[in-house]
Amino acid sequence: MASFKPTRIQVYPKLGEKVTQDTLYWKNYKAPVQIKEFGAITSIDFSPLAPHTYAVTASTRVHIYGPFSQEPVKTFTRFKDTAYSGRFRSDGQLLVAGCEDSAVRLFDVSGRVAIRMFKGHTKAVHVADFTSHGYQILTGSDDYTCKLWDIPNSAELTSYKEHTDYIRCGITSKLNRDLFFTGSYDHTLKLFDARVDKSVMNMDHGQPVESLLLYPSEGLLVSAGGRYVKVWDLLKGGQPLVSLKNHHKTVTSLCLGSNGQRLLSASLDRHVKVYSTTNYKVVHNFDYAASILSLGLAPDDESIVVGMTNGILSIKHKRTPEDSKGAVQQKRQPAYRIFVKGKNYVPKQEDYLVSKPVRQYLAKYDKLLRKFNVSKALDEAMEVSTIPMAVIKELDRRGTLKNALAGRDEKELCQLLSFVIMNLVDTRFTATLTTMAEMLLDIYQSTVGMSSLVDRQLLRLQELLDKETEYQQELMEVLGMLDVLFASAHPRKEVTLPGDGANGHVFLMYTYIYV
Amino acid sequence: MVAHADTRVVHRGGSKINFRAPVITQDSRFLICVSGECIKVFSTSTEECIHHLQGHKELVTGLVLNPSNHLQVFSCSEDGTIRLWDFTDGILIRVTLLHLKTPSTLHSVPGHCKKFGLVSLNLPPSVEQHVMVKGHTIVFQSVSTDPKCIAFGQGVRMHALTHSLTHSLTHSHTVFGFALGTSGEMAARNAFTCVACHPKDDCIATGHGDGKIRLWRNFNQEKEYTFSTVHWHHSGVNALCFTPEGTNLLSGGLESVLVQWRYGQEGQKDFLPRLGSSIKEIVVSPDGSLFCTSHTDNKITVIKNCTKVSAVIQGLVHGDGVKTALMVDPRTKALVLNGKPGHLQFYSLQRDQQLYNLDIVQQEYINQSNLDQFEVVKAALDSRGSWLATVEQRSAKEVEISLKLWAFDEHTQSFVLNTTISAPHDGPISEICFSPSSQNSTTLVSVSLDGHFKAWQLTQPDPSDGKQSDEEASWSCDFVGDYHSLEPKCCCFSADGSLLAVSFKEVVTVWSPASWDLLTTLSQPPGAIQDLCFGRLSCSKYLLGATDKNLCCWNLLTCSLEWSTALDVSLLLADPLSENVACPFLFVFRPSEPRPHFSQQALCTGRVTRAVFAPRDEPLDGCEESSQWLNRSQLYFLTHNMELLTFLTKPEEERLMALSKQVAVLKKHKQEFLHTSCLLFISLFISQFALTLSAIMTLVLSILT
Repeated sequence: MASFKPTRIQVYPKLGEKVTQDTLYWKNYKAPVQIKEFGAITSIDFSPLAPHTYAVTASTRVHIYGPFSQEPVKTFTRFKDTAYSGRFRSDGQLLVAGCEDSAVRLFDVSGRVAIRMFKGHTKAVHVADFTSHGYQILTGSDDYTCKLWDIPNSAELTSYKEHTDYIRCGITSKLNRDLFFTGSYDHTLKLFDARVDKSVMNMDHGQPVESLLLYPSEGLLVSAGGRYVKVWDLLKGGQPLVSLKNHHKTVTSLCLGSNGQRLLSASLDRHVKVYSTTNYKVVHNFDYAASILSLGLAPDDESIVVGMTNGILSIKHKRTPEDSKGAVQQKRQPAYRIFVKGKNYVPKQEDYLVSKPVRQYLAKYDKLLRKFNVSKALDEAMEVSTIPMAVIKELDRRGTLKNALAGRDEKELCQLLSFVIMNLVDTRFTATLTTMAEMLLDIYQSTVGMSSLVDRQLLRLQELLDKETEYQQELMEVLGMLDVLFASAHPRKEVTLPGDGANGHVFLMYTYIYV
Repeated sequence: MVAHADTRVVHRGGSKINFRAPVITQDSRFLICVSGECIKVFSTSTEECIHHLQGHKELVTGLVLNPSNHLQVFSCSEDGTIRLWDFTDGILIRVTLLHLKTPSTLHSVPGHCKKFGLVSLNLPPSVEQHVMVKGHTIVFQSVSTDPKCIAFGQGVRMHALTHSLTHSLTHSHTVFGFALGTSGEMAARNAFTCVACHPKDDCIATGHGDGKIRLWRNFNQEKEYTFSTVHWHHSGVNALCFTPEGTNLLSGGLESVLVQWRYGQEGQKDFLPRLGSSIKEIVVSPDGSLFCTSHTDNKITVIKNCTKVSAVIQGLVHGDGVKTALMVDPRTKALVLNGKPGHLQFYSLQRDQQLYNLDIVQQEYINQSNLDQFEVVKAALDSRGSWLATVEQRSAKEVEISLKLWAFDEHTQSFVLNTTISAPHDGPISEICFSPSSQNSTTLVSVSLDGHFKAWQLTQPDPSDGKQSDEEASWSCDFVGDYHSLEPKCCCFSADGSLLAVSFKEVVTVWSPASWDLLTTLSQPPGAIQDLCFGRLSCSKYLLGATDKNLCCWNLLTCSLEWSTALDVSLLLADPLSENVACPFLFVFRPSEPRPHFSQQALCTGRVTRAVFAPRDEPLDGCEESSQWLNRSQLYFLTHNMELLTFLTKPEEERLMALSKQVAVLKKHKQEFLHTSCLLFISLFISQFALTLSAIMTLVLSILT
């Protein structure tokens, strides 16, 4: 007795998404840890030193998290208003943060109270950063100025008032202690040299600039503003290199990953995109629940930290090989002894192997199909998204699709119709679903007009078909046009028939068109 | 035409083992069944064929155990003899010649003007090897030819069935007839199909065309009979059988479900579903432990303890026709053709046994008439037998086609599905073939009626990708070709794989598979090309094409016609091991010269539809010129009524005869086997008009008490 052959579920290739090295790499993260902060998270900065703690600026606080902690290991709360841009110094000892109240505070990471306060700005300070030697601080403010401060005596060194709008981003050079960049809502990026009293380079981004990023070599500058991410070649005097438009809302944050091999951009459209820095193509995409304001990547891509407008901090840690193993073993543990029983047994030569009959497990719709319960099988199949097509095909093959479709009430009929409408124009399913739609119309044509729900679905179906025919017609027209173009583009082949060659007759033979 | 006395066309394997109900021996150890002109004895436990009982000259038409000696079996045949065999030793004991005139064209005469009668013969006790029996008595005239329509009850009461709507009963030479309602549309469907008698009670079960089973009782008087009806089968009941104790009734039909009814409590029934194909006969062993069902797909299933299939004896499956070409698997030397619906069978020609069935469609088979099933319509094996390509097709409203490619798995020694291409073409595929190039690069070409031919190539996964190395090699489309939107018909690769010929109606196009350039076109109107074939070995510069009216041979070096002859050929076959090309009806020739070196007309009744050259294991060293072409390979061919035939040369035949004689040295077997005289009932073929008793159809034996 042969066993029942279950319905084959045809696996259709997923369109568009190709599994690459990058998708595998960027998917290799654990489920995110989510921490609720008090307000929108505006900045995330990783400490450059070993445990790689990170500072998260949200609302009136700056929290410092350990690499694997769920709770902040340190909190700085001495802000009168919303804090901005908490950043570590290159030795990880000091932290600077701007504030809505225009004061800039400097903290010792081990202490609690601000050890310095820099007052001089008149409006909120959104940008604060240390210069490369660590003795000075750069700040940028909504009063259109950016300033350099000396840490030891907390004095203002220089002030630049070249921007004509809010300064919302800035970055200092890690190689030269005098160079720094600022980006402003006046659409410009400026490079300042502390030794000169005005900007040395000017770049026009074309959109309010939200974020800046400098390559480790400092030859390239990346700016984000509006929906664009632009890369500038500094060695060529600030020439634009590429302009990327992959987000559909404002890009808010940038960061580099994989030792400068990948560029990540986060946007209000809830996506984080990963670009390759060699060809600037998007190689991966992350989806998040809310608009993203800030993005941080731990060194060696150990974790991706994302801060969102709804105050949720999402941390994804990289999966290690031990993690995946550990998870499987943990599941088994309760029945370990049972599973291990007889595992080490070495069969002897005279042993006779009694094979246990393998029980065949069938899916529920297959069990129903085996019993020829066609209607129930179809119902069962409709519950799960991928298999209805296979079951409908199977029913059609058995010649019982009509029986399965008949005798439905209003609700079930609506479900069936909406399934047809959803998938009818997919070329892979059209043949089967046309049959099904015809059968449905045959069976239920007498009930048309009795239910408004069904009628609405039928009208939708009609609309869909009209649209599709129109579309096909247009496509045929395009094809016809193309044919003409190809025909005129191809040179006509003139063939001399060998027999008539003496007479010199030239026959125009055929025009080959290969499309 | 030269007469070729030294080659002969013979039946070779693949005969029907389900032609008549098999016989289970008294001890349930053996199963005896008819198989064309011989009788086969199988072991019920190991499925092994133990003996071929050879001796009949014509189709064996009946088998029955000798009631007085359960180690012997009677057989009857269309050659007009009844033979008695010892099946444990495989020895012929006695031949009884019936003095009946047998027309030689028995099976081809349409049966509507003839009727069959049941006669009884008295076999005289004798120890002679050859016995003549002259006298016979006609018991009953006009019965159905099918032995299922005759059943014996207790004693000598006999029950016969006609093919009309009545059934009749003879009881001590009185005949009763019972009829069912003949009016209305019911009448057309409730014809009798089979009958069984209860071994103890006065009860007769009859099966009907509409799936009902009627149990008749109280039929000693013609008027007072009663019957009850049970119904489970959705279409006709093909077989009925009571268990020896009479406790159960077994029935089977198209559904391929064995139904077991409790006698007396017909509401209770057990099922044994999915037996493969529709049931033709049911036999129960005398001790009731084994059931045996024979199926329409030339299969006998042995069922143990009512529930478990313990053995399956499978012959060559005769489908509705061979849709795929005949092929020879290079690994197993087995003949490959489509068998059961949706399957491909591998049939060993040497051992006359099916090796295995490959499930191509992999779908539950629904036994229902007028349902469009998926069928394997095309298959091709590559030259090393490592790839198999199959095309399955279902022509419902729109043609559904899928092309599947199977890789040979060394570990499991069978084919494993590698790639499925659904809807490879818009129209039905008319031919597929593999390129013969032996290197890693394998190409498959499929030719379809949608006007295109496509080349499929095996693509290995890119090893540079590193991580994706678990991805297997798979097939993808490499090239799509067409020619003036004509319909292509057939394709053929040259022996070295450097040229591909595709025929488009009257035109043959020659392509280079390396670059997919159209090299040249050849044509010889009128008539569309039916088949194409490249020459082999020394004749590899020739391309042969068969049109409706002509056989043409082109020289590919000069691209011109070498010769052509007016001949109606639909099939061209190249011997892979020699230059010979055969086209049935049979001419064998070399492409280099238009003179056939072997020809034989009227091979067999019916048209030859498929043929194949099967390479021999060791070449014969026949020196006669006319049979030299058979030295390296053997030609097998299939007629339209699915007979597998082959050519046998004289030296080969002599060698076979010598072998069989060694086995069948007749021992002196003088057993006291016929002390009781037997009454033999034979249903005979009586021409109503001439009233000459002619052929024997069924053999039924009963002991006079």
